[in-house]
Amino acid sequence: MVLPVLSRIGRSLLVVLLVTMAVVLLMSLAPGSAAEVILGEAATPEAVAALNAKLGLDQPLWAQYLNWLGDAVRGDLGESPVTGQPVTEAIVERLPVTLQLAVMALLLALVVSVLLAVASAVRPNSLVDRAINAVSSVFLSVPAFIAGPLLIYVFALQLGWFPVTGWSRLSDGIGPNLLGALLPAIAIALTEIAAFHRVLRADLIGTLREDFVGAARAKGMSGAYVMLRHALRPSSFSLVTLAGINLGRLIGGTVIVESLFALPGLGQLLATSIVTRDVVTVQGVVAFIAVVYVGVNTAVDLSYRLIDPRIRKVATA
Amino acid sequence: MSAEPVLQVRNLRAHIGTARGVVRAVDDVSLDVDRAQALGVVGESGSGKSVMAKAVMGLLPPRAACSGEVLFEGRDLLSLPRKERAQIWGKQIAMVFQDPGRSLNPVVRIERQLTEGMRRLLGTSRSEARGKALELLSEVGVPDPERRLRNYPHELSGGMRQRVMIAIALACEPDLLIADEPTTALDVTIQRQILDLLRRVQRDRGMSLVLISHDLAVVAGRTDRVAVMYAGRLAEVGATRSVFDSPRHRYTHALLEATPALDHERNAPLRLIPGSLPDPTDPPPGCRFTARCAQVEDDCRDPGPSMALVGADHYAACTRPVAAGDVPLPVGGGSGGR
Repeated sequence: MVLPVLSRIGRSLLVVLLVTMAVVLLMSLAPGSAAEVILGEAATPEAVAALNAKLGLDQPLWAQYLNWLGDAVRGDLGESPVTGQPVTEAIVERLPVTLQLAVMALLLALVVSVLLAVASAVRPNSLVDRAINAVSSVFLSVPAFIAGPLLIYVFALQLGWFPVTGWSRLSDGIGPNLLGALLPAIAIALTEIAAFHRVLRADLIGTLREDFVGAARAKGMSGAYVMLRHALRPSSFSLVTLAGINLGRLIGGTVIVESLFALPGLGQLLATSIVTRDVVTVQGVVAFIAVVYVGVNTAVDLSYRLIDPRIRKVATA
Repeated sequence: MSAEPVLQVRNLRAHIGTARGVVRAVDDVSLDVDRAQALGVVGESGSGKSVMAKAVMGLLPPRAACSGEVLFEGRDLLSLPRKERAQIWGKQIAMVFQDPGRSLNPVVRIERQLTEGMRRLLGTSRSEARGKALELLSEVGVPDPERRLRNYPHELSGGMRQRVMIAIALACEPDLLIADEPTTALDVTIQRQILDLLRRVQRDRGMSLVLISHDLAVVAGRTDRVAVMYAGRLAEVGATRSVFDSPRHRYTHALLEATPALDHERNAPLRLIPGSLPDPTDPPPGCRFTARCAQVEDDCRDPGPSMALVGADHYAACTRPVAAGDVPLPVGGGSGGR
């Protein structure tokens, strides 16, 4: 039980090392030196050399990486040459926004998609199922940059239920905070709902054909009980996998929605840093997102053994 | 056979819509299951025996159309409102399925699978249900029941799983147990134990048992009556001894003659029934066995045979039944047989 878990974690650490290595190499991939990129074309050679020395870019690549890694494991991702703010601080400042957005969108998508998938799978190809499939096709094909403005127009501008843009901190009260986050979360969740619904619907329909479902019915268990206590869990593998991948993706990938709704999240930080050529910040944020992504997927892999006892057995054998 | 039968199937039809057409899986079958007795249902695959069991348990897919009556203690299961049917399945009629590896939920511990019926249908308390579960596991011969309750199905052997399935079926003390090919998925050595167990609990509890099998030998010594099905119809039904010793329907007779005896003579050719099952979407008129029967004449197709009394508690649907006392000779001569 312990050994496979450790080996899985070990493999994840290896991935993190490789990703961060690639991230540090980004520095040397930029034409000229990173200092030239940061300072712009008008910089004097002396200024460039000084910045290079300050960033440690005059050292060989392996030394650069080890220096960066050594600082990074202690939580120091360097200092932005543009704003002067430590990158770690910038990430910590913006992480709650992105995290809340990603988690809210994911929870919303999970709740809605499980309900829809159950409704679909009860009677496949029924009118209800086909209606839900049609709606989910629409969700799947409308990207966030269309759904976002549409939601803002209808629910914020026309109906006035939500603030148009902006973010209200949790410390300013949970009500306004949730209200402000809900619309962007919905914009993100729509595609997820559609994807989750499809995956879970297909798995549920398969599970409901299994003999043990018939056996549970023959035991006199009600349809709802069979669905919730017998069918849902063994059908949730693909859903958990997909949700895990998407949580990782959302933490780095809500750039569009954050920009649309003017939310001070990680995505926005990344977007601004790219525009201002803030290589140090880009490096730090990308490394951070990679670690989160790998971490979430490791957790998902380990969670399979909670869902299916047979995996625990196989793993120990 | 004193009181009225526990289950009366009356003109049951189960027609299932498929891409190839409507399959007449069960076509006008009437059958009684007597109280505290074991009824064997035999027939080759596609004869409709499993579909009939599923129709009784309400387990057929929605695309299957059922007509006729399935009377359980006088109430028609096919037309009973859902709520009232739920009071019967699990509680009064229980079922054991073919493959215990597939009919136990792989991600749920034995304890919950065994107790959920008692807890939800009878309102038994958790601790009481647990005690009952331990008793049941002992009754069906599962060693170390305490530990088994905590196990998942994959931690048990096939035979143990089927014992657990039987314990689950017995949990709410049903009046009728339907066992659909309960040993087909098991090792030969385990089959016998499971069949004897079923017969034992049936007798001990004074319960009725329907034992469905494609294997004549499974049903032979362990049932009071036997029904032979062919292509969705009932061919013959009667006291087990009577049907096996003196089959009257041409199909049953041919089937018994095709069964190799234990003292089967070396190199003697196996006897077969020529031909194959009729197309279930377009069965021939009259008797379904006409295409394979040696004694077929016009009146077999039109009007065709109907169930008739051919002996004491022995019915057959055959226009020219085999003469009484015409004992089927197992291949290879020998007189022993079953």
